[in-house]
Amino acid sequence: MKKLFGINWIKTLVSLILTFVIIQLLISFNIINSYLQSTLAAICINIILAVSLNLITGFTGQFSLGHAGFMSIGAYVCALITLRMPTIPGFILGVLAGAITAAIIGVIVGLPTLRLRGDYLAIATLGMAEIIRIIFLNMDSITNGAAGLSDIPQFTNWAWLFFYTAGTIIIISNFIKSSHGRACISIREDEIAAEAMGVNSTRYKVTAFTIGAFFAGIAGALYASTFNFIDPKIFGFSKSIDILVIVVLGGLGSISGSIVAAILLGIITTYLQAFANIQMILYSLSLIIIMIFRPQGLMGSKELSLSIFSRLGESFKPKKGRV
Amino acid sequence: MSILSVKKLTKSFGGLTAVSNVNMEINEGELVGLIGPNGAGKTTLFNLLTGVYVPTSGTITLNVNGTSKSLGGLKPYTICKNGVARTFQNIRLFKDLTVLDNVRIAMHKNVKYGLISSFLHLPSYRKEEDELVRQSMELLEILKLDHKKDELAKNLPYGEQRHLEIARALATNPSLLLLDEPAAGMNPAETAQLTELIGWIREKFNLTILLIEHDMSLVMGICERIYVLDYGMIIACGTPDEIKTNERVIKAYLGEGMNNA
Amino acid sequence: MEQLFQQIINGISLGSIYALIALGYTMVYGIIKLINFAHSDIYMLGAFIGYFSMTTLKLGFVPSLLLSMVFCTITGVVIEKVAYKPLRHATRIAVLITAIGVSLFIEYTTMAIAGANVRSYPPLTGILTKSFLLGNINVSMQQVIILGITIILMILLQFIVKKTRIGKAMRAVSLDSDAAELMGINVNTTISFTFALGSALAGAAGILVGIYYNSINPLMGMLPGIKAFVAAVFGGIGIIPGAMIGGYFIGIVEVLVSGYSNSLYRDGVVFAILILVLIIKPTGLLGKNSREKV
Repeated sequence: MKKLFGINWIKTLVSLILTFVIIQLLISFNIINSYLQSTLAAICINIILAVSLNLITGFTGQFSLGHAGFMSIGAYVCALITLRMPTIPGFILGVLAGAITAAIIGVIVGLPTLRLRGDYLAIATLGMAEIIRIIFLNMDSITNGAAGLSDIPQFTNWAWLFFYTAGTIIIISNFIKSSHGRACISIREDEIAAEAMGVNSTRYKVTAFTIGAFFAGIAGALYASTFNFIDPKIFGFSKSIDILVIVVLGGLGSISGSIVAAILLGIITTYLQAFANIQMILYSLSLIIIMIFRPQGLMGSKELSLSIFSRLGESFKPKKGRV
Repeated sequence: MSILSVKKLTKSFGGLTAVSNVNMEINEGELVGLIGPNGAGKTTLFNLLTGVYVPTSGTITLNVNGTSKSLGGLKPYTICKNGVARTFQNIRLFKDLTVLDNVRIAMHKNVKYGLISSFLHLPSYRKEEDELVRQSMELLEILKLDHKKDELAKNLPYGEQRHLEIARALATNPSLLLLDEPAAGMNPAETAQLTELIGWIREKFNLTILLIEHDMSLVMGICERIYVLDYGMIIACGTPDEIKTNERVIKAYLGEGMNNA
Repeated sequence: MEQLFQQIINGISLGSIYALIALGYTMVYGIIKLINFAHSDIYMLGAFIGYFSMTTLKLGFVPSLLLSMVFCTITGVVIEKVAYKPLRHATRIAVLITAIGVSLFIEYTTMAIAGANVRSYPPLTGILTKSFLLGNINVSMQQVIILGITIILMILLQFIVKKTRIGKAMRAVSLDSDAAELMGINVNTTISFTFALGSALAGAAGILVGIYYNSINPLMGMLPGIKAFVAAVFGGIGIIPGAMIGGYFIGIVEVLVSGYSNSLYRDGVVFAILILVLIIKPTGLLGKNSREKV
């Protein structure tokens, strides 16, 4: 009975178009100058990272501390491809190859480690990411080791960022609302009960992990193409923690939470750039305070929905029975 | 027609033997009870039948749709796909999910659309999702939970949570249903209602039911046959009347002068 | 062959450090199931307090050691009371993020106060500069002192855990804190005491590293922290003898790998060990399996 192009679909499409156009205009009129554009890129990349990690940790309940490892794979693969093919098709290939490679590594890492529970899984993913980093550090001939890769051609612009960010959000949200997504969520809720109801928990854990890795790879590729320099240090444990913090602050299990948290943190970081040390001290203090007073994060596991706008709209409609 | 055949089933945990040399035959359509003192190994037996534990020795054979399948060593989700469903002694609902979601997840194994379809919400996704909701609502109506479809499972009153456990198990479309203390914590009125419900779903869904219970009014009232487990071993098997008067059973479990139910 | 023994001697020194740090991780995990990310920063504070004590206060080695240990003990207990206790019943992830917050806070506050630069410990005097030969193997007094102090501390720790009431309380609370509380054990005090012990050991490790390796900086805790944690997991997280064994194992392996092959792989080997342990026997060398009751 549902229409194919129901009202929700139209609402989403309209908000997407509006967001794209408004920000594009702000860029074109240089209200968002090149400094702020870097911030915008960083925010979009963090949104992709946070939403993909949320799928693994928030929705499927698998504690991953190694997300930066997948990001680094996407970054290096894309950088290496675009350095040799500095064209737009090269860029598209780079992003795709980066994402797919990250996904493959995701399966390889996931299969043995996802049997572990809780803290053990966290440590294992941490170890895996560190091993990836050390491998990149030592593959001197290809990755240039500690010196990193520089002068990576810059292809990302707002259009690409928007495309990939919106694409990530839509695909992962859609997945969550499907039966496969629900299978993942059931694993978080109660793995034993999920198995008893016919859900192959290992298969779905690896699936979520791989999808998360895929999008982390996209984020890494975008990072390389935006900031045109990468080295193994960037993708260390600290980066994984940064992403996890965004997810937790936004709310595990809330996609809109991850988006809002990434935006907020991006804006705050930009404004506090000048006070680097103080910024970190304040950041760490806020982490502690927020976890003590609101451990479920900004949105908990709820989603921000567009119904807020329709409820606002209701107050402007003439009531029935009155003239 | 035997649907479940358990032969010499044994499970040991290190030095402790929880289930010892159990033999059981359950025929299609039967409603069989499993009783015994606490710690006798009843839930362990369920866990063996559903793949949570791997048997130390012995066999479990499921005969469904004309095929025989050995269940020993299979994973729980495989056993579920073969037509065995269960409820849990300590309710294991998906607490932070809605009633509807709890049931829909149990129907997952029959979903045909793939990952790409779920990423892009292709027409196959929409069609099957609508069908999933329709089927789930049908089940929820039967268990009188349809008006609470959007309620979080953890917010349901206890009795309704137990109903949801059953609805979820039914949603997996089983041939054999294992109920682990479905009446635990219920008052006599609720238990009487549950007794009726169990009989009714057996008819409606063509089920074979094996149930663990301590409440004798339910067991004696509805079970056609009863197995009695004590210290991991079957000490008696028979009709309710036979069990009521079986001396070993009385000594081990029912206590002297058991004459009600 | 001699080189092997020399490496092993060096490995024992490094292993002592890892063991001291690993003990803190394992005790805290054992009692409240928390991976205390801030623990490695307590180690760093120990090194800095030792530095401060020996340069500004011009105290000798032993008083500095004691000062470090006391300061770290107090810091550890304060952290537990302020940041972890409120989250006793929160989700694992929430406590973990808090621990990370505490870790970052300590690191950046130290940076703000003492600067981010690497500092060197003051030149050593007297007995600390001596060394002697065992056959053809060079053993420095520092190495002897590190091993000696580590052994003394470990013996003390074992004594406390096995023979005192508070030690028994620690063991009880790790097994079942609710039951322990019902038996009249003050769970809060016991947990604070555990943090105190672990932090004291980390503080000792910090100043010992300062003396042995000479240079310290606010971020010096990160890598040794992770390796000590791997050591704790290797030996069996939550098991005290496991942390001791694990520490020495990782220390010796690391030195051997560094000595006999590309030292860039040194860190990688440690993580590879971690992965192997987690895949083969996640509960570690001395760990037992435990199943969830269905």
